[in-house]
Amino acid sequence: MGNVPTTVKHCLSYEQLIEDYPWLRRWLQEDKEIVPTGVKIQLIDMLSGTGLSVIEATSFVSSKWVPQMADHTDVLRGIQKASNVQYPVLTPNLQGFQDAVAAGATEVAVFGSASETFSKKNINCSVDESMLRFEEVINAAKKRQIPVRGYVSCALGCPHEGHIEPSKVAEVAKRLYEMGCYEISLGDTIGIGTPGSMLKMLQRVMKDVPINALAVHCHDTYGQALPNILTALQMGVSVVDSAVAGLGGCPYAQGSSGNVSTEDVLYMLHGMGIETGVNIAKVIEAGSFICSALSRKTNSKVAQARSTACCDASL
Amino acid sequence: MATVMKLVHRNALTSLMGQHCLSFSSAAAHRAAGVRAAQAFPGKVKIVEVGPRDGLQNEKTLVPTEAKIKLINMLSESGLSVIEATSFVSPKWVPQMADQVEVMKGISRKPGVTYQVLTPNLQGFQAAVKAGAPEVAIFGAASELFSKKNINCSVDESLQRFDEVMKAAKEAGVPVRGYVSCVIGCPYEGKVAPEKVAHVAKRLYSMGCYEISLGDTIGVGTPGSMTKMLEAVIKEVPVSALAVHCHDTYGQALANILVALQMGISVVDSSVAGLGGCPYAQGASGNVSTEDVVYMLHGLGIQTGVDLSKLMDAGAFICQTLNRKTSSKVAQAACKL
Repeated sequence: MGNVPTTVKHCLSYEQLIEDYPWLRRWLQEDKEIVPTGVKIQLIDMLSGTGLSVIEATSFVSSKWVPQMADHTDVLRGIQKASNVQYPVLTPNLQGFQDAVAAGATEVAVFGSASETFSKKNINCSVDESMLRFEEVINAAKKRQIPVRGYVSCALGCPHEGHIEPSKVAEVAKRLYEMGCYEISLGDTIGIGTPGSMLKMLQRVMKDVPINALAVHCHDTYGQALPNILTALQMGVSVVDSAVAGLGGCPYAQGSSGNVSTEDVLYMLHGMGIETGVNIAKVIEAGSFICSALSRKTNSKVAQARSTACCDASL
Repeated sequence: MATVMKLVHRNALTSLMGQHCLSFSSAAAHRAAGVRAAQAFPGKVKIVEVGPRDGLQNEKTLVPTEAKIKLINMLSESGLSVIEATSFVSPKWVPQMADQVEVMKGISRKPGVTYQVLTPNLQGFQAAVKAGAPEVAIFGAASELFSKKNINCSVDESLQRFDEVMKAAKEAGVPVRGYVSCVIGCPYEGKVAPEKVAHVAKRLYSMGCYEISLGDTIGVGTPGSMTKMLEAVIKEVPVSALAVHCHDTYGQALANILVALQMGISVVDSSVAGLGGCPYAQGASGNVSTEDVVYMLHGLGIQTGVDLSKLMDAGAFICQTLNRKTSSKVAQAACKL
C-alpha cells in the first residue's frame, strides 16, 4: 500500500528509524491507517480494470517492520489477476523472495540506494553489501524465470548526504542491470530534483544502462514531479512510476506529499498525445474509492478539479 | 499502491514537442535530445508576482490594507522585479481591491521594482495614474463566450475599449502590459484555437502593449497544448515580448512553464504561496506558486534575482493573515525537513 513510506519497507534498523522520527512510530503503531485486506484487494482489482499494465501489489518484508504489509500473502492470493497485468512485489532478501513465490508472485523487485548513508540508516548495510543480498534474490529469481525490477533510491538527492553524484547513481543502476534486473527505476526519494538535476543524472546513467531499461520514480514533495517526468520523456525514458491519488507521503517531511499521482501524470501524457492504454476516468474512480476508505483527500489535482469543476472544461 | 505506466508509441513524443521534436530511435538521438533540452533554457527569467492582486482577488477572505502593504513590501525585499500590486476596477465589482489607492500610496517603493496595476478602462487608468501607478495592465480574452460572460462584450469590443487606455497611456508615457485569458481552454467554450490566441495577442501587441502574458485561466493546458498555442503566437508576436501565466488547477503548471522556457519564453507569472483559487472549480488550486517556480528555475541554473527564503517568509506571512495553508509544495516541504 502506497501510504507506507519507502524507507520503512526496507528498514532493518527499525529501532533507529523510529527513534529518529517519533511521529513515524505513532503513525505505524497507532494504526490510524491500517487498511483492511479486503479494501486493498478491491483497490488492486479496480486498478486492474483501468488499463494499467503493472501494479505493485504488496511487499514481502517482515511484518515486524512494516505492519501495513503483514497481509501480503492474503493480498496476492485474493486479487483477481488480469491476464495483461503484472503484479510485482517487493522482496528485500531471499526469505522475502521465497515467501513471495509461495504466495504466487510472478515478478519481484529489489531496492538499491545511490547513497551510502541512506543504505546504512535504512537497511543497516552498505550499498555493496545490499547488492550481495540482491544478487541472491536475482539468482533465485533467474532459476524460476521470474523477472526482477531494480529500484535505485536517492537518485537526485539524499536526506542525509544531500547531493548525490550522477556517477554513483549510474554505478548502482549498472550493477542492478548487469546482475539481471530487466528494468531500473530511478527514484527521486525526497522529491528534491528539478529538470536540471534530472537531466544531468539521466545523461550519466544512460551511458551505462540502455534507455529502454530505465524508468523514473519521481516524488512531488517540492512540486517538481511532472516537469521532471517531462524531462525524462524528452530524453527517451518511456516508463513512469506513480501512485493513484498520490498516495504515500514523504517520511522526511511530515505532511508533505510524496508519490506523484497517477491521474496527474496521465493527464499530462494524454495531453501530449502519448498513449498509455489507461482510462483516466477509471483511475480517478479507484482513487476516489481508496481516499474514501482512508478518509482522506486525494493528492491528485486532476481528481480535485474534476470533482469540483462547475463546467467540464478539461481537455 | 505504485503503478508503473509503460508508454506505448514512444515516438508519439516527436509530433508534440514543437521545435524540440526529435526522433528517439537511436542512442545518439537520445543524447542529442538531452543536450538540446539543456541548451534551450534562457539564462535569466523575469518573474511577475501577481499574488497581491490576482492572488488576493481570488481568495475568499478579505485582507486588511496594512497586511497587503506589508506583503508587497516583503515581496519587494525578496528580489522580485515586478509586482502586480492592485487593481483599479470598481469596488462595486471587486470589493477586495477597494483599497487600491491606499495600497499604492502606502507601499515602500523599492528602486528597481515595478508596481503594476490592472486598469479595465479609462477611468481606472486615470485613477491609477493619480495614485502613482508607474505601469498598468489590460486584459483581453481568447474566448468570445468568456469575454461576453465576464465583461459583457465581444473580444473585439473589449479591445476597442482598451484603445482609449492605450492612447492615454502613450500620452502619459506609462507602459502597458497585455493579458490574454483562456489561451488553452475556456470554461464555456472548451478548447480554444491557437490561432484565436495569436490574433488577440497580436492585436494587444500592435496596440502598444510591451509584453503579452498568455494565461491558461482554468489550468487545463498540458505541454502538448501549450506547445501548439505558443507556436501559433510566436508567429505573430516576438518571443521576447511574451510571458506565460499558468494555472495549476490540473497540476500541469510547472511542466507547462518548462516547455514555454524551452521555446524561448523568459517571463513567468506566478503568485506567492499559490494564492488565488480557481473560480471555476471550487476548492481547486489556481495560480502556480512563485516558490515552486523559483525552485525549478534555480535548479535549472536560471537566474531570477529572487531570494527563495525571503519569498517563503512573505508566503508564510500572508498565509497566516489569511488563516490558510500555503499551496506551495516547496514551502510545505522546506519547513518540515
